[in-house]
Amino acid sequence: MNAFSYVRPRTLSDGLRLLRSGASALAGGTDLLGLMKDGLARPELLVDLTGIEGLRGWSRAKGKGLRIGALTPLVELEEAEELHRAMPILRESLRDAATLQLRTMGTVGGNLLQRNRCWYFRDQATACWLKGGTKCFAVEGENRLHAILGAHECVAVAPSDLVPALIAYDAEIALASSRGRRTMKLADLYVAPHGRERREHVLRPGELITEVRVSESALARKGAFQKAMERKAWSFALVSVAAAARIERGVARDVRLVLGGVAPIPWRVVAAERGLEGSGFDEAACAEAADRALQGAAPLRDNGYKLPLARELVRRTLRSLVV
Amino acid sequence: MPPTIDRRGAALRGPSAVDVALEVNGERVVVHVPPRRTLLDALREQLGLTGTKKVCDEGTCGACTVLVDGRPVYSCLTLAIACENRRVETIEGLAKDGELHPVQRAFVDTDAFQCGFCTPGQVMSIVALLRTVPQPTEDDVKRAVAGNLCRCGAYPNIVAAGVSAGRRKRT
Repeated sequence: MNAFSYVRPRTLSDGLRLLRSGASALAGGTDLLGLMKDGLARPELLVDLTGIEGLRGWSRAKGKGLRIGALTPLVELEEAEELHRAMPILRESLRDAATLQLRTMGTVGGNLLQRNRCWYFRDQATACWLKGGTKCFAVEGENRLHAILGAHECVAVAPSDLVPALIAYDAEIALASSRGRRTMKLADLYVAPHGRERREHVLRPGELITEVRVSESALARKGAFQKAMERKAWSFALVSVAAAARIERGVARDVRLVLGGVAPIPWRVVAAERGLEGSGFDEAACAEAADRALQGAAPLRDNGYKLPLARELVRRTLRSLVV
Repeated sequence: MPPTIDRRGAALRGPSAVDVALEVNGERVVVHVPPRRTLLDALREQLGLTGTKKVCDEGTCGACTVLVDGRPVYSCLTLAIACENRRVETIEGLAKDGELHPVQRAFVDTDAFQCGFCTPGQVMSIVALLRTVPQPTEDDVKRAVAGNLCRCGAYPNIVAAGVSAGRRKRT
């Protein structure tokens, strides 16, 4: 780890001012410290955000939806009973995310912005395309954990379990920098690295996520999350599936289907959602949606197993909404 | 070295060593460390508390698990400076007056270790669990130690130790 200076501001405006000069933001540190130890991040100044008031915790004002502060530790979302009643998919998606220690340390904002886990990317000595090199070594190399959908020059996958769950509820994020504030759909934060965009998200330099918001109407949806892992614990998703829908008298509306672990971005499948709109999530509709979800898949040498795995996990997750 | 004050008053510290005050096992201590020093290295090298083990040093194995403000964390991915004025508990703080902590006693009684290298981390994870779930089930214990790897494979006895520690009365 390189030497750096450290500062722990008390206010958001101080934090944003300190971040203007290219400093790195530190929250739980579970991703950043790993990147620094591997020499992939070498900040001269770390701005520890954890002393900033008002960015930790969550609230649900009547009729105004859910607001989650970006500095809220993941374990707080997992444990809060009231939150579990309001949006059960949060606990479902977090229960098998990383480990208790990492969920205790890690924050919501950090989870949304974690870098990918590709072993070529994480290896300092490998000048992969995403790090400014000329080729993606995973395309012809060890690629059993890599993307089957939506990849351009880089085949690393979006690693978060929480993000597909939030996107299935049309979550929005609030962003702040010293130049101002903006909001966007969480889904729009992510970009499959391509061309000159050698990064996984569109956050601007010096910008922070301050809050995640879920509307009251989205909270009326029923949701489900399932994750396939190499072992029963402490593993990134081989494939994860988040599904949500408003189900009225057995008929599905506002269907959302988002996959993790299969593409460089959280993989929302609008074609499959449309096919399920107005259905009762019967076997045939779920199976057809599962086929649609994998349309255009282009597996690599070692990750073809993700197709049947994803197809079955989509089918099961959708069915679990009604049975 | 006194902290540099930037023009609006936030104190920039480091990159050279600075004094950081911690509460470790109930005692207030000051360590002199650069900001890049992890809590794990500060405990082991500054404070001589080598019960907390350094194995993967990248947040994968759990051997470095300690409690910060009562919660289990990986001390290898935690900066010492970020723990300023926070409460740190390590394996050395558990035994009182020569008496093992009930979780330590349960590890002995159920033979919950072989080489022993992961043990301090396993014990700290279970100590944290018992504070919120005094009588855990097997599944509770499994989930609590899912982030603590044991390469000897002592898991069944570790889980048994966690369950039986919950049944003991705290002395």
